[in-house]
Amino acid sequence: MDFLNYDFMQRALLAAVLVGITAPAVGIYLVQRRQALMGDGIGHVAMTGVGLGFLLSWSPVWMATLVSVLGAVLMELIRWYGRTRGDIALAMLFYGGMAGGVMFINLAPTGSNANLTSYLFGSLSTVSESDVTAIVLLAAFVVSVTLGLRRQLFAVSQDEEFARVTGLPVRALNLLTAITAAVTVTVAMRVVGLLLVSALMVVPVAAAQQLSRSFAATFAIAVAIGVTVTIGGTVTSYYQDVPPGATIVLLTIGAFIVLTALAAPLARRRARALAAAHPAGDPAECAIPASRESGGKVGV
Amino acid sequence: MTEPVISLRGVRAELGSRPVLRGIDLTVNRGEVVALLGANGSGKSTAVRSVIGQVPVSAGEIELFGTPRARFRDWARVGYVPQRTTAAGGVPATVTEIVSSGRLSRTRFGVFRKADHAAVRQALELVGMADRAKDSVNALSGGQHQRVLIARALASGPELLIMDEPMAGVDLASQEVLARTLREQVAAGATVLLVLHELGPLEPLIDRAVVLRDGCVLHDGPPPKAVGQHALPGHDHVHPHAAHDAEPIRTGLLS
Repeated sequence: MDFLNYDFMQRALLAAVLVGITAPAVGIYLVQRRQALMGDGIGHVAMTGVGLGFLLSWSPVWMATLVSVLGAVLMELIRWYGRTRGDIALAMLFYGGMAGGVMFINLAPTGSNANLTSYLFGSLSTVSESDVTAIVLLAAFVVSVTLGLRRQLFAVSQDEEFARVTGLPVRALNLLTAITAAVTVTVAMRVVGLLLVSALMVVPVAAAQQLSRSFAATFAIAVAIGVTVTIGGTVTSYYQDVPPGATIVLLTIGAFIVLTALAAPLARRRARALAAAHPAGDPAECAIPASRESGGKVGV
Repeated sequence: MTEPVISLRGVRAELGSRPVLRGIDLTVNRGEVVALLGANGSGKSTAVRSVIGQVPVSAGEIELFGTPRARFRDWARVGYVPQRTTAAGGVPATVTEIVSSGRLSRTRFGVFRKADHAAVRQALELVGMADRAKDSVNALSGGQHQRVLIARALASGPELLIMDEPMAGVDLASQEVLARTLREQVAAGATVLLVLHELGPLEPLIDRAVVLRDGCVLHDGPPPKAVGQHALPGHDHVHPHAAHDAEPIRTGLLS
């Protein structure tokens, strides 16, 4: 445990744990709404923010937060108003965001593609004190939204039309989800990088689903998986000199494969228990209805 | 019995450039059970969706409980059962979790108290699904799923129930449960607006039928008697729904 003696490792582990909590916490709502790739799109847009940060000599983390929040709001508006060509508009937003990032960072006096790489793929060892402050504040926002408004966000993500008829401010909640996802992307940017952030939002949720029947359990298991893989990946990268972002994502996919393999016998046992508990409602096998037998002979 | 709960006057609506409702008048009074009938594309689903604000209206007036719909905020008084869709959410959810969404309108900032949990349990008992409370909705049959959606609508203790094709694709056992649940609600004073393909097992409950054709009211009065093949007992009249009934078109990548 000697890695705990280093300041940079303490900062890296703190950032990693916060990402492990926040990414699946937001991701579960995106998966529920079937917008699993939204995190990826926001990651592309955030690159323009990083580039602008270098160009204007502002904090790239805060600048990326600002730009990705604007991008996420724009995506939500396109989803809202966009009819047939919405996907093309989104594609332009994504690739415009990426191209903008590369352009701005090369225009910046201190920037180069090398700087950009640390944001694209994560660079835990260079997380600074001010980065940690930003990450802690942003993560606190994400956790308070995803836990505090869980019932409202669940209702809107499950059935938007019904949610509107219960009087929920659906448009505001959709915007809040998009903004929270954007904030999460910038929280995770230094740890797993903009190109891999979406994996940490989606894969722990997909893995948790293999075991769970309820939304609450899926949420808890996904966050547990998220924290485990981010800590595991960070520590592994300390001992083995491998890139932490890639390690974390590969560990997450490994967790998904293991849980999927474990889930098959579990699902069989559940099906048997269900059939035993509800013999009348869910017959496991075809049976001739009793009334047919008592009703006399059936001629063929 | 003459206080209108739902009132539509001269309502017009278009989907794209095609007129779907062409000046509809419809009143549902307190305690009444009104069935909205008509063929596919007659505008019956659009009419109901205009009442709850899901379809923009180009002309006419809509009132709920005497309040213009745009100013209506008291949604806990309305229980809505949407047309059952096969698309579930992307994450597993239990029966209780789904039904709890229906109670949100009675809570302050979504914080559940003892009474709210009790109301959710009671709604599940009403539709005979209390023993499945902790099961995933993905493990349910079509009819059981429909009962869950009705429990969700009942969880807020609504005075008005709006149901879009509650009997479509529902097995016989669940149809009986639904008819009984509805009978109890009506006996307790609920007002009901139903979209139906045909009257079916709910026929004895229905006070008045409004038949639409091509976006116009064709008949408003006692329920018409079924004729021909439609009158046969057990005739299950299920049609695939036209594309205009579907959700607004989603933009591929994010939806």
